[in-house]
Amino acid sequence: MKMDAVIVGAGLAGLAAAERLAEVGLQVVVLERGDGPGTKNVTGGRMYVGPIRDVVERWQDAPWERAVTREAWTLVDGDRAVRMEYIDPALGGEVPQSYTVLRGRLDAWLGERVMGMGAFVIPEKPVAELLREDGRVAGVRVDGEEIPAHVVIGCDGVLSFVGQAAGLRQVPEPKAVAVGVKEVIGLPPGTIEDRFNLEPGEGAAELFVGSFTDGRMGGGFVYTNRDSVSVGVVMGVHDLMEDGGREKAPETLEAFKRHPRVRRLLQSGELLEYSAHLIPEAGLGGVGRIVDDGILLAGDAAGLALNMGYTVRGMEFAVASGRMAAEAVLEAREADDYSAVGLSGYLRRLRQSFVWRYLEAYRDMPALLSNPDLFGRYPREVAELVGRLVRLGKDAPEPLGSLVWGFLRRTALNRRDARFWWKARGLGR
Amino acid sequence: MAVDEKLTKNAFRHDEQSHIQIDAEVCRARCRERYCVRVCPAALYEWNEESDRMTVEFAGCLECGTCLVACREGALTWRYPRGGYGVRYRYG
Repeated sequence: MKMDAVIVGAGLAGLAAAERLAEVGLQVVVLERGDGPGTKNVTGGRMYVGPIRDVVERWQDAPWERAVTREAWTLVDGDRAVRMEYIDPALGGEVPQSYTVLRGRLDAWLGERVMGMGAFVIPEKPVAELLREDGRVAGVRVDGEEIPAHVVIGCDGVLSFVGQAAGLRQVPEPKAVAVGVKEVIGLPPGTIEDRFNLEPGEGAAELFVGSFTDGRMGGGFVYTNRDSVSVGVVMGVHDLMEDGGREKAPETLEAFKRHPRVRRLLQSGELLEYSAHLIPEAGLGGVGRIVDDGILLAGDAAGLALNMGYTVRGMEFAVASGRMAAEAVLEAREADDYSAVGLSGYLRRLRQSFVWRYLEAYRDMPALLSNPDLFGRYPREVAELVGRLVRLGKDAPEPLGSLVWGFLRRTALNRRDARFWWKARGLGR
Repeated sequence: MAVDEKLTKNAFRHDEQSHIQIDAEVCRARCRERYCVRVCPAALYEWNEESDRMTVEFAGCLECGTCLVACREGALTWRYPRGGYGVRYRYG
Protein backbone atom coordinates (compact mmCIF):
# COMPACT_ATOMS: atom_id res chain seq x y z
CA MET A 1 0.00 0.00 0.00
CA LYS A 2 1.55 3.30 -1.09
CA MET A 3 1.32 6.41 1.02
CA ASP A 4 0.21 9.53 -0.81
CA ALA A 5 3.24 11.40 0.49
CA VAL A 6 6.16 10.85 2.82
CA ILE A 7 7.69 14.00 4.25
CA VAL A 8 11.26 13.84 5.55
CA GLY A 9 11.91 16.27 8.38
CA ALA A 10 9.43 17.69 10.89
CA GLY A 11 10.74 21.24 10.71
CA LEU A 12 8.71 24.19 9.52
CA ALA A 13 8.75 23.19 5.82
CA GLY A 14 7.80 19.58 6.53
CA LEU A 15 5.11 20.38 9.06
CA ALA A 16 3.64 23.14 6.86
CA ALA A 17 3.43 20.64 3.97
CA ALA A 18 1.86 18.05 6.28
CA GLU A 19 -0.62 20.61 7.58
CA ARG A 20 -1.82 21.42 4.06
CA LEU A 21 -2.14 17.75 3.08
CA ALA A 22 -3.91 16.91 6.33
CA GLU A 23 -6.38 19.77 5.74
CA VAL A 24 -7.74 17.92 2.71
CA GLY A 25 -7.63 14.56 4.45
CA LEU A 26 -4.65 13.01 2.69
CA GLN A 27 -2.77 10.19 4.36
CA VAL A 28 0.59 11.67 5.27
CA VAL A 29 3.62 10.61 7.26
CA VAL A 30 6.36 12.91 8.52
CA LEU A 31 9.63 11.23 9.48
CA GLU A 32 11.76 13.15 11.99
CA ARG A 33 15.30 12.17 13.02
CA GLY A 34 15.10 13.74 16.48
CA ASP A 35 12.98 12.39 19.30
CA GLY A 36 10.35 15.00 18.46
CA PRO A 37 9.84 18.02 16.19
CA GLY A 38 12.16 20.90 17.07
CA THR A 39 14.82 18.88 18.89
CA LYS A 40 17.36 19.25 16.05
CA ASN A 41 16.43 22.71 14.78
CA VAL A 42 18.11 26.02 15.45
CA THR A 43 17.16 29.55 14.47
CA GLY A 44 18.90 32.82 15.19
CA GLY A 45 15.69 34.01 16.16
CA ARG A 46 13.11 35.71 14.12
CA MET A 47 10.39 34.72 11.67
CA TYR A 48 8.59 37.13 9.37
CA VAL A 49 4.92 36.19 9.55
CA GLY A 50 3.70 39.18 7.49
CA PRO A 51 4.10 37.36 4.14
CA ILE A 52 2.49 34.12 5.43
CA ARG A 53 -0.32 35.83 7.31
CA ASP A 54 -2.99 33.55 5.76
CA VAL A 55 -1.27 30.49 7.26
CA VAL A 56 -0.30 31.98 10.57
CA GLU A 57 -3.73 33.45 11.29
CA ARG A 58 -4.85 29.88 11.89
CA TRP A 59 -1.99 29.21 14.30
CA GLN A 60 -3.99 30.80 17.10
CA ASP A 61 -2.15 29.50 20.15
CA ALA A 62 1.34 29.21 18.61
CA PRO A 63 4.16 29.71 21.15
CA TRP A 64 5.61 32.88 19.65
CA GLU A 65 8.21 34.51 21.83
CA ARG A 66 7.76 38.26 21.24
CA ALA A 67 6.34 40.48 18.48
CA VAL A 68 9.25 42.55 17.19
CA THR A 69 8.56 46.29 17.51
CA ARG A 70 12.15 47.50 17.71
CA GLU A 71 14.83 46.90 15.10
CA ALA A 72 18.41 47.98 15.63
CA TRP A 73 21.56 47.88 13.54
CA THR A 74 24.92 48.51 15.10
CA LEU A 75 28.26 49.14 13.42
CA VAL A 76 31.05 48.01 15.72
CA ASP A 77 34.63 49.20 15.82
CA GLY A 78 36.48 47.85 18.84
CA ASP A 79 34.65 48.97 21.97
CA ARG A 80 32.85 51.78 20.21
CA ALA A 81 29.75 51.47 18.05
CA VAL A 82 27.28 53.47 16.03
CA ARG A 83 23.72 52.35 16.49
CA MET A 84 20.53 53.02 14.58
CA GLU A 85 17.19 51.93 15.94
CA TYR A 86 13.77 51.82 14.35
CA ILE A 87 10.94 51.93 16.88
CA ASP A 88 7.42 51.27 15.68
CA PRO A 89 4.62 49.80 17.81
CA ALA A 90 2.70 49.33 14.53
CA LEU A 91 5.15 46.54 13.65
CA GLY A 92 3.25 44.62 16.33
CA GLY A 93 -0.53 44.60 16.06
CA GLU A 94 -2.95 41.74 15.40
CA VAL A 95 -0.60 39.83 13.11
CA PRO A 96 2.81 41.42 13.59
CA GLN A 97 5.46 41.78 10.92
CA SER A 98 7.73 39.34 12.72
CA TYR A 99 8.02 37.27 15.89
CA THR A 100 11.08 36.05 17.71
CA VAL A 101 10.91 32.27 18.04
CA LEU A 102 12.58 29.29 19.65
CA ARG A 103 12.31 26.20 17.46
CA GLY A 104 12.23 23.78 20.36
CA ARG A 105 8.88 25.29 21.34
CA LEU A 106 7.45 26.30 17.95
CA ASP A 107 8.10 23.08 16.05
CA ALA A 108 6.91 20.90 18.92
CA TRP A 109 3.67 22.89 18.97
CA LEU A 110 3.20 22.69 15.19
CA GLY A 111 3.91 18.95 15.32
CA GLU A 112 1.11 18.52 17.87
CA ARG A 113 -1.23 20.60 15.74
CA VAL A 114 -0.52 18.63 12.59
CA MET A 115 -0.97 15.32 14.43
CA GLY A 116 -4.28 16.60 15.74
CA MET A 117 -5.29 17.11 12.12
CA GLY A 118 -4.61 13.47 11.31
CA ALA A 119 -1.01 13.40 10.04
CA PHE A 120 1.50 10.93 11.49
CA VAL A 121 4.70 12.46 12.82
CA ILE A 122 7.12 9.63 13.56
CA PRO A 123 10.26 10.51 15.56
CA GLU A 124 13.71 8.87 15.57
CA LYS A 125 13.70 8.22 11.81
CA PRO A 126 16.80 9.65 10.12
CA VAL A 127 16.15 9.10 6.42
CA ALA A 128 19.11 9.04 4.03
CA GLU A 129 17.98 6.41 1.50
CA LEU A 130 15.33 6.53 -1.19
CA LEU A 131 13.34 3.74 -2.81
CA ARG A 132 13.39 3.65 -6.59
CA GLU A 133 10.93 2.25 -9.10
CA ASP A 134 11.88 2.42 -12.79
CA GLY A 135 14.43 5.04 -11.86
CA ARG A 136 11.85 7.22 -10.13
CA VAL A 137 11.79 8.03 -6.45
CA ALA A 138 9.11 5.81 -4.93
CA GLY A 139 9.46 6.22 -1.19
CA VAL A 140 12.11 6.00 1.52
CA ARG A 141 14.04 3.37 3.41
CA VAL A 142 14.87 3.94 7.06
CA ASP A 143 16.26 1.54 9.66
CA GLY A 144 15.78 -1.30 7.17
CA GLU A 145 12.10 -0.51 6.79
CA GLU A 146 10.64 0.43 3.41
CA ILE A 147 7.96 3.10 3.17
CA PRO A 148 6.60 3.30 -0.39
CA ALA A 149 5.01 6.60 -1.40
CA HIS A 150 3.85 8.34 -4.55
CA VAL A 151 5.94 11.34 -3.64
CA VAL A 152 8.69 12.22 -1.16
CA ILE A 153 8.91 15.79 0.10
CA GLY A 154 12.47 16.36 1.30
CA CYS A 155 12.38 18.92 4.11
CA ASP A 156 15.49 17.68 5.88
CA GLY A 157 17.38 20.93 6.13
CA VAL A 158 20.46 22.55 4.71
CA LEU A 159 22.51 19.35 4.35
CA SER A 160 19.52 17.45 2.85
CA PHE A 161 20.74 13.87 2.71
CA VAL A 162 17.47 13.09 0.93
CA GLY A 163 18.28 15.69 -1.75
CA GLN A 164 21.76 14.18 -2.02
CA ALA A 165 20.35 10.65 -2.38
CA ALA A 166 18.06 11.94 -5.14
CA GLY A 167 21.05 13.44 -6.97
CA LEU A 168 19.51 16.91 -6.65
CA ARG A 169 21.96 18.32 -4.13
CA GLN A 170 25.51 17.90 -2.90
CA VAL A 171 27.34 18.73 0.28
CA PRO A 172 27.35 22.57 0.11
CA GLU A 173 30.47 24.46 -0.93
CA PRO A 174 32.00 26.58 1.88
CA LYS A 175 31.07 29.78 0.04
CA ALA A 176 27.41 28.69 -0.13
CA VAL A 177 26.83 28.43 3.62
CA ALA A 178 27.40 30.29 6.86
CA VAL A 179 27.51 28.81 10.34
CA GLY A 180 25.45 30.33 13.11
CA VAL A 181 26.66 29.84 16.68
CA LYS A 182 24.19 30.80 19.36
CA GLU A 183 23.60 30.97 23.10
CA VAL A 184 20.20 31.13 24.71
CA ILE A 185 20.57 33.14 27.91
CA GLY A 186 17.84 33.11 30.52
CA LEU A 187 16.65 36.45 31.95
CA PRO A 188 13.39 37.43 33.70
CA PRO A 189 10.84 39.02 31.31
CA GLY A 190 10.84 42.27 33.30
CA THR A 191 14.60 42.58 33.01
CA ILE A 192 14.42 42.00 29.26
CA GLU A 193 11.72 44.66 28.90
CA ASP A 194 13.75 47.15 30.96
CA ARG A 195 17.01 46.59 29.14
CA PHE A 196 15.55 46.66 25.66
CA ASN A 197 12.97 49.36 26.41
CA LEU A 198 9.98 47.16 25.58
CA GLU A 199 6.35 46.92 26.58
CA PRO A 200 5.36 43.47 27.91
CA GLY A 201 5.16 41.02 25.01
CA GLU A 202 7.06 43.29 22.65
CA GLY A 203 10.43 42.22 21.33
CA ALA A 204 13.64 43.57 19.88
CA ALA A 205 15.80 42.38 17.00
CA GLU A 206 19.37 43.67 16.87
CA LEU A 207 21.98 43.00 14.21
CA PHE A 208 25.65 43.91 14.52
CA VAL A 209 28.48 44.07 12.06
CA GLY A 210 32.09 45.11 12.49
CA SER A 211 35.45 44.45 14.03
CA PHE A 212 34.52 41.38 16.13
CA THR A 213 34.54 39.24 12.95
CA ASP A 214 37.99 40.57 12.12
CA GLY A 215 37.13 41.62 8.58
CA ARG A 216 35.46 38.31 7.74
CA MET A 217 31.95 37.91 6.30
CA GLY A 218 29.60 37.65 9.23
CA GLY A 219 27.85 39.48 12.00
CA GLY A 220 26.20 39.24 15.38
CA PHE A 221 22.60 39.16 16.53
CA VAL A 222 20.55 39.60 19.67
CA TYR A 223 16.87 38.65 19.75
CA THR A 224 14.63 38.88 22.79
CA ASN A 225 12.49 35.87 23.69
CA ARG A 226 9.83 35.73 26.41
CA ASP A 227 12.18 34.78 29.22
CA SER A 228 15.51 34.54 27.45
CA VAL A 229 17.73 36.30 24.96
CA SER A 230 19.23 34.65 21.86
CA VAL A 231 22.73 35.92 21.16
CA GLY A 232 25.05 34.68 18.47
CA VAL A 233 27.30 35.21 15.50
CA VAL A 234 26.97 34.03 11.92
CA MET A 235 30.17 33.52 9.93
CA GLY A 236 30.70 32.57 6.29
CA VAL A 237 32.27 29.10 6.37
CA HIS A 238 34.70 30.01 3.59
CA ASP A 239 35.86 33.05 5.55
CA LEU A 240 36.17 31.02 8.73
CA MET A 241 38.48 28.58 6.95
CA GLU A 242 40.78 31.34 5.67
CA ASP A 243 43.65 32.68 7.72
CA GLY A 244 44.30 30.51 10.76
CA GLY A 245 45.72 33.44 12.70
CA ARG A 246 42.27 34.85 13.34
CA GLU A 247 39.75 33.79 15.94
CA LYS A 248 37.63 30.67 15.51
CA ALA A 249 33.82 30.79 15.63
CA PRO A 250 33.45 30.21 19.41
CA GLU A 251 36.03 32.91 20.14
CA THR A 252 34.32 35.30 17.74
CA LEU A 253 31.10 34.78 19.69
CA GLU A 254 32.96 35.55 22.92
CA ALA A 255 34.48 38.70 21.35
CA PHE A 256 30.99 39.80 20.30
CA LYS A 257 29.57 39.18 23.78
CA ARG A 258 32.38 41.25 25.31
CA HIS A 259 31.36 44.36 23.40
CA PRO A 260 30.10 46.93 25.94
CA ARG A 261 26.69 47.21 24.27
CA VAL A 262 26.12 43.46 24.22
CA ARG A 263 27.67 42.66 27.60
CA ARG A 264 25.24 44.94 29.42
CA LEU A 265 22.26 43.35 27.70
CA LEU A 266 23.25 39.88 28.87
CA GLN A 267 24.52 40.70 32.36
CA SER A 268 23.47 38.31 35.16
CA GLY A 269 21.83 36.01 32.61
CA GLU A 270 22.21 32.25 32.82
CA LEU A 271 23.37 30.18 29.86
CA LEU A 272 20.59 27.72 28.99
CA GLU A 273 21.84 26.24 25.72
CA TYR A 274 24.67 26.40 23.20
CA SER A 275 23.80 25.59 19.59
CA ALA A 276 25.11 25.75 16.04
CA HIS A 277 23.59 25.37 12.60
CA LEU A 278 24.44 25.90 8.94
CA ILE A 279 22.53 28.50 6.93
CA PRO A 280 22.16 28.53 3.13
CA GLU A 281 23.75 31.80 1.94
CA ALA A 282 23.91 31.43 -1.85
CA GLY A 283 20.49 33.00 -2.43
CA LEU A 284 18.78 32.30 -5.74
CA GLY A 285 22.02 30.84 -7.16
CA GLY A 286 21.92 28.15 -4.48
CA VAL A 287 18.45 26.83 -5.25
CA GLY A 288 19.20 24.61 -8.25
CA ARG A 289 17.02 21.61 -9.10
CA ILE A 290 14.38 20.95 -6.47
CA VAL A 291 11.88 18.78 -8.37
CA ASP A 292 12.33 15.35 -9.93
CA ASP A 293 10.21 12.29 -10.61
CA GLY A 294 8.53 11.45 -7.31
CA ILE A 295 10.35 14.03 -5.21
CA LEU A 296 10.20 17.69 -4.15
CA LEU A 297 12.54 19.65 -1.90
CA ALA A 298 11.37 22.51 0.33
CA GLY A 299 12.76 24.90 2.93
CA ASP A 300 16.50 24.90 3.66
CA ALA A 301 16.77 21.57 1.80
CA ALA A 302 15.90 23.53 -1.35
CA GLY A 303 18.32 26.34 -0.45
CA LEU A 304 15.39 28.69 0.19
CA ALA A 305 16.99 31.23 2.50
CA LEU A 306 18.17 34.76 1.98
CA ASN A 307 20.66 37.10 3.58
CA MET A 308 19.39 40.56 2.63
CA GLY A 309 22.26 42.31 4.36
CA TYR A 310 20.09 44.19 6.84
CA THR A 311 18.05 41.13 7.77
CA VAL A 312 17.94 37.38 7.14
CA ARG A 313 15.06 35.23 5.91
CA GLY A 314 14.40 31.53 5.99
CA MET A 315 11.64 30.22 8.22
CA GLU A 316 8.80 31.94 6.38
CA PHE A 317 10.30 30.67 3.11
CA ALA A 318 10.19 27.19 4.64
CA VAL A 319 6.52 27.47 5.64
CA ALA A 320 5.50 28.93 2.28
CA SER A 321 7.51 26.44 0.21
CA GLY A 322 6.28 23.48 2.27
CA ARG A 323 2.72 24.55 1.60
CA MET A 324 3.37 25.08 -2.10
CA ALA A 325 4.99 21.63 -2.31
CA ALA A 326 1.83 20.20 -0.76
CA GLU A 327 -0.36 22.03 -3.30
CA ALA A 328 1.74 20.54 -6.10
CA VAL A 329 1.26 17.08 -4.62
CA LEU A 330 -2.51 17.65 -4.64
CA GLU A 331 -2.34 18.64 -8.32
CA ALA A 332 -0.19 15.63 -9.16
CA ARG A 333 -2.66 13.40 -7.36
CA GLU A 334 -5.56 14.87 -9.30
CA ALA A 335 -3.76 14.14 -12.59
CA ASP A 336 -2.29 10.86 -11.28
CA ASP A 337 1.09 12.03 -12.52
CA TYR A 338 3.86 12.17 -9.95
CA SER A 339 6.64 12.71 -12.48
CA ALA A 340 8.72 15.90 -12.48
CA VAL A 341 6.23 17.26 -15.00
CA GLY A 342 3.26 16.32 -12.86
CA LEU A 343 4.89 17.99 -9.86
CA SER A 344 6.03 21.09 -11.72
CA GLY A 345 3.17 23.10 -10.23
CA TYR A 346 5.55 23.50 -7.28
CA LEU A 347 8.00 25.57 -9.34
CA ARG A 348 5.18 27.53 -10.95
CA ARG A 349 3.76 28.47 -7.56
CA LEU A 350 7.16 29.18 -6.07
CA ARG A 351 8.11 31.52 -8.92
CA GLN A 352 4.91 33.48 -8.45
CA SER A 353 5.41 33.82 -4.71
CA PHE A 354 7.07 36.32 -2.41
CA VAL A 355 9.85 33.78 -1.85
CA TRP A 356 11.02 34.01 -5.44
CA ARG A 357 10.42 37.76 -5.67
CA TYR A 358 12.83 38.34 -2.81
CA LEU A 359 15.38 35.77 -3.97
CA GLU A 360 15.40 37.38 -7.41
CA ALA A 361 15.60 40.94 -6.16
CA TYR A 362 18.58 40.04 -3.96
CA ARG A 363 20.26 37.54 -6.28
CA ASP A 364 23.47 39.64 -6.37
CA MET A 365 23.68 39.89 -2.58
CA PRO A 366 25.98 36.88 -2.01
CA ALA A 367 28.60 38.39 -4.35
CA LEU A 368 28.30 41.82 -2.72
CA LEU A 369 28.62 40.34 0.76
CA SER A 370 31.99 38.88 -0.19
CA ASN A 371 33.40 42.43 0.05
CA PRO A 372 35.44 42.49 3.29
CA ASP A 373 35.10 46.30 3.52
CA LEU A 374 31.52 45.80 4.74
CA PHE A 375 32.81 43.97 7.80
CA GLY A 376 35.78 46.15 8.70
CA ARG A 377 36.64 49.35 6.90
CA TYR A 378 33.13 50.80 6.45
CA PRO A 379 31.98 50.27 10.06
CA ARG A 380 35.31 51.72 11.22
CA GLU A 381 34.96 54.80 9.00
CA VAL A 382 31.43 55.46 10.25
CA ALA A 383 32.57 55.12 13.86
CA GLU A 384 35.50 57.42 13.12
CA LEU A 385 33.24 60.08 11.62
CA VAL A 386 30.81 60.06 14.53
CA GLY A 387 33.66 59.82 17.02
CA ARG A 388 35.19 63.01 15.67
CA LEU A 389 31.87 64.81 15.89
CA VAL A 390 31.28 63.96 19.53
CA ARG A 391 34.80 64.46 20.90
CA LEU A 392 35.00 68.13 21.78
CA GLY A 393 38.20 69.82 22.95
CA LYS A 394 39.89 73.22 23.23
CA ASP A 395 41.03 73.37 19.62
CA ALA A 396 38.95 74.94 16.90
CA PRO A 397 36.51 72.33 15.50
CA GLU A 398 37.15 70.62 12.23
CA PRO A 399 34.72 72.08 9.68
CA LEU A 400 31.69 69.81 9.41
CA GLY A 401 31.79 69.91 5.64
CA SER A 402 35.38 68.70 5.43
CA LEU A 403 34.68 65.92 7.97
CA VAL A 404 31.77 64.60 5.94
CA TRP A 405 33.54 65.18 2.63
CA GLY A 406 36.57 63.25 3.87
CA PHE A 407 34.32 60.40 5.00
CA LEU A 408 32.59 60.21 1.62
CA ARG A 409 35.92 60.35 -0.21
CA ARG A 410 37.25 57.45 1.80
CA THR A 411 34.14 55.27 1.60
CA ALA A 412 32.39 56.05 -1.68
CA LEU A 413 33.87 58.76 -3.89
CA ASN A 414 36.94 56.87 -5.06
CA ARG A 415 37.37 54.28 -7.77
CA ARG A 416 37.34 51.16 -5.58
CA ASP A 417 34.40 52.07 -3.35
CA ALA A 418 32.38 53.71 -6.10
CA ARG A 419 32.60 50.49 -8.08
CA PHE A 420 31.18 48.54 -5.13
CA TRP A 421 28.31 50.93 -4.43
CA TRP A 422 27.52 51.11 -8.15
CA LYS A 423 27.14 47.32 -8.21
CA ALA A 424 25.00 47.47 -5.07
CA ARG A 425 22.54 49.96 -6.59
CA GLY A 426 20.59 47.18 -8.34
CA LEU A 427 19.71 45.36 -5.11
CA GLY A 428 16.02 44.94 -4.48
CA ARG A 429 15.05 45.42 -8.11
CA MET B 1 33.07 30.53 29.46
CA ALA B 2 34.95 27.76 27.66
CA VAL B 3 33.19 25.81 24.94
CA ASP B 4 33.31 22.47 26.77
CA GLU B 5 31.64 24.12 29.73
CA LYS B 6 28.93 25.54 27.47
CA LEU B 7 28.27 22.05 26.10
CA THR B 8 27.44 20.82 29.60
CA LYS B 9 24.30 22.99 29.45
CA ASN B 10 22.96 21.02 26.49
CA ALA B 11 20.87 17.88 26.58
CA PHE B 12 22.49 14.96 24.76
CA ARG B 13 21.49 11.35 24.33
CA HIS B 14 24.83 9.66 24.04
CA ASP B 15 25.42 6.95 21.46
CA GLU B 16 28.22 4.41 21.84
CA GLN B 17 28.96 4.49 18.13
CA SER B 18 30.30 7.62 16.47
CA HIS B 19 28.40 9.22 13.59
CA ILE B 20 31.67 10.78 12.40
CA GLN B 21 34.39 8.61 10.84
CA ILE B 22 37.79 10.10 10.11
CA ASP B 23 40.13 8.61 7.53
CA ALA B 24 43.31 9.03 9.57
CA GLU B 25 45.56 8.32 6.60
CA VAL B 26 44.04 11.13 4.53
CA CYS B 27 44.47 13.62 7.38
CA ARG B 28 48.05 12.53 7.94
CA ALA B 29 49.19 12.35 4.33
CA ARG B 30 47.19 14.99 2.50
CA CYS B 31 45.84 17.65 4.85
CA ARG B 32 47.91 20.62 6.03
CA GLU B 33 45.15 23.12 6.77
CA ARG B 34 43.06 21.15 9.29
CA TYR B 35 40.02 23.28 8.62
CA CYS B 36 37.89 21.02 10.84
CA VAL B 37 39.81 22.18 13.92
CA ARG B 38 39.28 25.80 12.92
CA VAL B 39 35.58 25.71 12.03
CA CYS B 40 33.91 23.38 14.57
CA PRO B 41 31.69 25.55 16.82
CA ALA B 42 32.02 22.98 19.58
CA ALA B 43 35.83 22.71 19.23
CA LEU B 44 35.63 18.92 19.05
CA TYR B 45 38.45 18.28 16.60
CA GLU B 46 41.99 17.98 17.84
CA TRP B 47 45.22 17.04 16.13
CA ASN B 48 47.09 14.60 18.34
CA GLU B 49 50.80 15.20 17.75
CA GLU B 50 51.89 12.02 19.52
CA SER B 51 49.80 9.60 17.55
CA ASP B 52 49.82 11.77 14.41
CA ARG B 53 46.03 11.49 14.25
CA MET B 54 42.97 13.71 13.98
CA THR B 55 40.51 12.98 16.77
CA VAL B 56 36.91 14.08 17.31
CA GLU B 57 34.91 14.10 20.53
CA PHE B 58 31.71 13.17 18.71
CA ALA B 59 29.62 13.09 21.90
CA GLY B 60 29.49 16.90 22.04
CA CYS B 61 28.53 17.30 18.37
CA LEU B 62 25.98 20.07 17.68
CA GLU B 63 25.20 18.38 14.33
CA CYS B 64 25.73 21.50 12.24
CA GLY B 65 27.87 19.80 9.58
CA THR B 66 30.35 22.66 9.22
CA CYS B 67 33.29 20.20 9.40
CA LEU B 68 31.83 18.21 6.51
CA VAL B 69 31.55 21.37 4.41
CA ALA B 70 35.03 22.57 5.35
CA CYS B 71 36.93 19.28 4.83
CA ARG B 72 38.47 19.57 1.37
CA GLU B 73 40.15 16.18 1.39
CA GLY B 74 37.09 13.99 1.81
CA ALA B 75 38.45 12.56 5.04
CA LEU B 76 35.11 12.65 6.84
CA THR B 77 32.23 10.23 6.66
CA TRP B 78 29.60 12.27 8.43
CA ARG B 79 26.04 11.12 9.01
CA TYR B 80 23.40 12.30 11.40
CA PRO B 81 23.39 10.21 14.59
CA ARG B 82 20.99 7.28 14.78
CA GLY B 83 17.35 8.17 15.36
CA GLY B 84 16.81 9.88 18.69
CA TYR B 85 20.53 10.10 19.55
CA GLY B 86 22.82 13.09 19.73
CA VAL B 87 22.03 16.64 20.76
CA ARG B 88 18.48 17.36 21.89
CA TYR B 89 17.81 21.08 21.60
CA ARG B 90 15.26 22.28 24.14
CA TYR B 91 15.32 25.91 22.97
CA GLY B 92 16.88 25.89 19.49
